[in-house]
Amino acid sequence: MDIFLQQIINGLTTGSVYAVVALGYTMVYGVIQLINFAHGEVVMIGAMVAFTVITSLAGGALPAPVILLTAVVAAIPVCMTIGYLLERIAYRPLRHAPRLAPLITAIGMSIILAHLALMVWGRNPKAFPQIIANPVFNIGEASISSVQISIILLSFTMMAGLSWFVYRTRFGIAMRATAEDVRIAGLMGVNADKVIAATFVIGAALGAVAGVMYGSYYGIIHYTMGFTLGLKAFSAAVLGGIGNLAGAMLGGLLLGLVEAMGSGYIGEITDLCQWSLTSSMLVEQCKDGGNFVLFGSNYQDVFAFLMLILVLVFRPSGLLGERVSERA
Amino acid sequence: MNKPESSPLLDALNLEVHYGGIAAVKGVSFSVMQGEMVCLLGANGAGKTSTLKALARMINSTGEIRYAGEKINELPSHVLINKGLALVPEGRGIFARLTIAENLTMGAYHRQDKAEIAADVERIFTMLPRLKERENQVAGTLSGGEQQMLAIGRALMGRPKLLLLDEPSMGLAPIMVAKVFEVIQSVAAQGVTIFLVEQNALLALKVCSRGYVMESGKITISDTAPNLLADARVRAAYLGE
Repeated sequence: MDIFLQQIINGLTTGSVYAVVALGYTMVYGVIQLINFAHGEVVMIGAMVAFTVITSLAGGALPAPVILLTAVVAAIPVCMTIGYLLERIAYRPLRHAPRLAPLITAIGMSIILAHLALMVWGRNPKAFPQIIANPVFNIGEASISSVQISIILLSFTMMAGLSWFVYRTRFGIAMRATAEDVRIAGLMGVNADKVIAATFVIGAALGAVAGVMYGSYYGIIHYTMGFTLGLKAFSAAVLGGIGNLAGAMLGGLLLGLVEAMGSGYIGEITDLCQWSLTSSMLVEQCKDGGNFVLFGSNYQDVFAFLMLILVLVFRPSGLLGERVSERA
Repeated sequence: MNKPESSPLLDALNLEVHYGGIAAVKGVSFSVMQGEMVCLLGANGAGKTSTLKALARMINSTGEIRYAGEKINELPSHVLINKGLALVPEGRGIFARLTIAENLTMGAYHRQDKAEIAADVERIFTMLPRLKERENQVAGTLSGGEQQMLAIGRALMGRPKLLLLDEPSMGLAPIMVAKVFEVIQSVAAQGVTIFLVEQNALLALKVCSRGYVMESGKITISDTAPNLLADARVRAAYLGE
């Protein structure tokens, strides 16, 4: 098997999901400088709602693609409502409070949403039903499944759609104006409450689709999944430069690729039997071409956070971020 | 210049602004008639900008503000442009990361008449040809004077009845100041009522018909522009004599 090409394909798939989730973080941060830590949970609830719709409709008269579409169409408004309520109930009253207050509230909302999901869907992992045939295509010695193709295509379509919305429509211009200076935008007649609520709702809608993509790809969902997924997508947003849309997309894809490459090669790299110094100490394990791997691919989560640390140390504003002092 | 009509477009009564426990504006009253161009003079820290921000509802104030006969003290700032009240803030307040065309689009954000908006953009570009050349550049790349022009052009996109201008000459080269004031005068000639805050008293009094002088949060002198130009106190304090 061609590990390199295969991991590129896998990395692009997970990276696309990270990118779509990262957009939710970066949009909200761009407009009100809040890290909405509950966004990962919104994605999780999207996956859970889709799971419920699919399991209750599967086996009925509806064709599988229609069921999947129904699941997505059901998950989107649920997540949009949660996104709206988060802003309205939890964050809006704290908009002029010191920045630490909404941040702590965000962490609290994340915990509350996760536990609401626990109460509704239970504590066991759910097998996300694979109701559509998933043919696999070979590219040289690597392969790509139709789920992977769909995820990549859908993500890129959503990213293009969002960019069009933000850069080409009047409301998008108003969003960017509000991000730059909420009070001056107010003088132009922009209702900041509306723009901020819309930012949350749009991010949540993208998150709902990301949740369904995640479930379809990994085949398993759990009420705690929003935490790690959210943290990784947040890392992706920081990597690209938080507040910057293109940065979130780039950061997400890059993070997915680094993670895939890392988990693809870490076993090979940390095989202690390849060096004479260490293999001489591990004679028993290394004989007959055996190996002693220090870190396996189960360490893949490390790479996202390793990258986050490296970015924070060497380029705190992110790859496409502006210098912080620019906001004068 | 348009002959002032008798009805006041803007009326402030006992306006007070506090920042925490500190009073920045201590009960000022003034009025601006329809079609008039009035200036508010004063040194740094006299409370001029706070007064304007209170009028545009960017900060809270006590006392009464009446615009076109309606009390606007409690309204949120984003509804004022719909009523024809626009502010060009201190330091220009353009959206540096938006293009010049997008800044103008924002100026007309509350309007729905697409064809008229497009016509207004062309009108602004004819008045300010430097902006037309750089239509699709981000506004942060403009010089200070060009940014001030853009800020005024953006406010005009809202078709205001009353234009509040906060220190349009600040930080500009003398030649640019002259150009900005030319534009302001041509706006006034189109019938827009103007309330101008300026530190440059000589310049302001040359274009305005009346003026108020503000000192440490209070209005101390109120008179016609020619009288103020002749007033010994004004000459001593603001014209360096």
